[in-house]
Amino acid sequence: MQLHEWLADDRRQDDTARSSGYPFGFMDDGAKKEIRRSILKAVAIPGYQVPYGSREMPIARGWGTGGLQITLALVVPDDILKVIDQGCDGSVNAVNIKKFVAKVAGVAVTTDTGEATIIQTRHRIPEERMTDRQILVLQVPYPEALREVEPSEMETRRMHAEADYSRMWLHLYEDIVNFGEITISYRYPVTVNGRYITDPSPIPRWDVPKLHMADTLFLFGAGREKRIYAIPPHTAVEPLEFEDHTFRTENFAGKTCARCGAADTFLDEVIDNIGGGRSYFCSDTGYCDKRSVTWNR
Amino acid sequence: MITVDNLSKNFLLHILGEKRIEACRAVSFRVPPGGFLGLSGPSGTGKSTVLKCLYRTYLPTGGAIRYDSAAWGPVDLATLPDRAVIDLRHREMGYVSQFLKVIPRVSALDVVMEPILTRNGVSREAARQRATRLLEQLRIPRHLFDAYPATFSGGEQQRVNIARAVSWKPRLLLLDEPTASLDRGSVEIVLDILKEMRGEGTTMIGIFHDTALLESVTDSVYSIC
Amino acid sequence: MEPLIRVRGLSKRFGPGCDRCLDSTGPEHDTNVCPHCDSVTACSDLSFDLFPDEALGIVGESGSGKSTLVRLLHFEWEASGGSMELHRGGAAALWPEIFADQDQFSANLLTMSQFQKRQIRNALMGIVYQNPHLGLRMQVSSGGNIAERLLGAGWRNIAGMRERAAELLERTEIPVRRMDEPPCNFSGGMQQRVQIAKALSNKPLILLLDEVTTGLDLSVQARVLDLIRNLRREFKLSMLVVSHDLGVVNLLCQRTMVLKSGRVVEEGLTDQILQDPQHRYTQLLVASQL
Repeated sequence: MQLHEWLADDRRQDDTARSSGYPFGFMDDGAKKEIRRSILKAVAIPGYQVPYGSREMPIARGWGTGGLQITLALVVPDDILKVIDQGCDGSVNAVNIKKFVAKVAGVAVTTDTGEATIIQTRHRIPEERMTDRQILVLQVPYPEALREVEPSEMETRRMHAEADYSRMWLHLYEDIVNFGEITISYRYPVTVNGRYITDPSPIPRWDVPKLHMADTLFLFGAGREKRIYAIPPHTAVEPLEFEDHTFRTENFAGKTCARCGAADTFLDEVIDNIGGGRSYFCSDTGYCDKRSVTWNR
Repeated sequence: MITVDNLSKNFLLHILGEKRIEACRAVSFRVPPGGFLGLSGPSGTGKSTVLKCLYRTYLPTGGAIRYDSAAWGPVDLATLPDRAVIDLRHREMGYVSQFLKVIPRVSALDVVMEPILTRNGVSREAARQRATRLLEQLRIPRHLFDAYPATFSGGEQQRVNIARAVSWKPRLLLLDEPTASLDRGSVEIVLDILKEMRGEGTTMIGIFHDTALLESVTDSVYSIC
Repeated sequence: MEPLIRVRGLSKRFGPGCDRCLDSTGPEHDTNVCPHCDSVTACSDLSFDLFPDEALGIVGESGSGKSTLVRLLHFEWEASGGSMELHRGGAAALWPEIFADQDQFSANLLTMSQFQKRQIRNALMGIVYQNPHLGLRMQVSSGGNIAERLLGAGWRNIAGMRERAAELLERTEIPVRRMDEPPCNFSGGMQQRVQIAKALSNKPLILLLDEVTTGLDLSVQARVLDLIRNLRREFKLSMLVVSHDLGVVNLLCQRTMVLKSGRVVEEGLTDQILQDPQHRYTQLLVASQL
């Protein structure tokens, strides 16, 4: 829903959602305002980590409070919410967050990526291509991409300010020298808009290219670390790579989902405890569900 | 070419209770282009001091040293800025000391080649040839060419020193007892080389403790007393 | 000939400072600590030019301000005052914005943003510290140490960087097969040579050498000095050679500046400084040489 459509909509005035006993969207207006401002700043400076006053949530820090606060600050009554955890709609955390937001904001929920207007996620980006009418909210445990090479926050901030990234690059160089390739499997650092090196949250390398020049707004929330950052639509996102050691995604060549037959998705490996056989399943369950309906028909 | 006017040099030794030592005073002479002036006088009268003032290893206390440089026109060496002195030393002023200032761990051939390479803009091979010819002319045994001069005898060191100083054909050459530690035969060779250089137009000022020698090689003598 | 960099009135004070700091410190007081406010005038009003392809010696005892000078010029510390300007010939093509029209020299580099300083440093300067721990990452491979500077200057080709690192290590007499070993495995002399290789990796115009041979065995010192002398001739570097050892300066530098209690007491041709020192302190320094 676009802002002007929303403002023109009378139903906004309807206070039925408050029936839960909390203000709409759980947080008070002041908190939402601050978070929205931080989001605006984050969108204005792609990849830059904006500090914000992370609120207490009814779940523990480290369990998605950063993403939850962004979702709650953005949600409007017409939104349709999808929450996934490592691609799965049915995970306990995803279900709990989804139920909580549904209760305090009275919004509809879905497992269908195409139908959702806000998707909150942990560690995956849905397989289905998202549109410019959707927002993806990513939960972030460690927002600082440079933390691997520099423990001091003061120093990493200076490095960002001066675009002094040679140590991050050196880290990758050493990886290649020692192991013949870059060994980072998730949290693969990216350069956003040609300026800030940014942590894309612990998504697999598979999902990194989806951030580049996307139609969708990506918002990143780190509740424990009190940072919000954003990758706006149509923004260049380049994984760090060398001319002669280019970025590669996970390779699932020859493997297909045992459930829906997909050959072009990020697969989870499942080992049969008894027989010891390996099988693969789509990590994105919503997508898999949609496909298997057709496939099994 | 070079006119020294009322040159004086005093040393003020702060650490010896402000002791003042007068090394030379009221030295005046003139050398025409291509000329060879000898400096004579008993030891301790400041002959070396004059040469060092000319080369600016010593800062003159008073007087002027007017030099018609090829690079910069007329200059006063007594007050010329350091950078310009470095430039003149590089382009046109040579100095032969009494002893070889040994550059550690550089072979005899390289010691002689180095100024040719950095100053004359010739190929490495041409520099090697010229250096080899000079060392041979000065009777340095071939097997010593790639040895370090620090290990040489006094006479050999001095001959390497002379080879280094003349190899790049400076326009003005200052000689401080270049033949002091050489035997008769070597002295003759050195004199031949100097004669050759004069033939090519080099102006020289020299100190030789042997008076007969002094008079035979120079066109005029200035005595300091 | 015009200088490559022009330094004027460079000063660094630690502490609050007071009106009497400058009059109460310096060589005539034999201290750089102000007796009135305890501030340290690490260096004051240093002015000099560094010319292309020149080695300038900086000598003085510990506490004379030598290392402070290096850290100010390398932008590691903020200067309290003074300017450092770069000649147009050195960098106008890289950063046209720091040169006003017609001016031969850039704006004051010391007041530029950290970002700009870093870029200028990455492109123009190399540094070798007395303590290899300051110049090298001991746990990172030697090749990686060299690559870090190249990465900072925008290199993104592993094979290209390894080729350059191998070339430099060979040039500094480190066996290339040890390229992937960290410097902590190496001897002090080798570490110093890796530092030199790292400093040269980005083909700097200016090389800052801070007591590079201090603390090394005599024979190792000699090899490092020989290496520096040869590299200077080969790469046409401008060098600032900081040392308390007159022998080092005599070997490497045509001009020398003598510091004492944060002030310049004398400057001149190196042979003149050594044979005809003018200032009391320089005379003492020369007389106490072994």
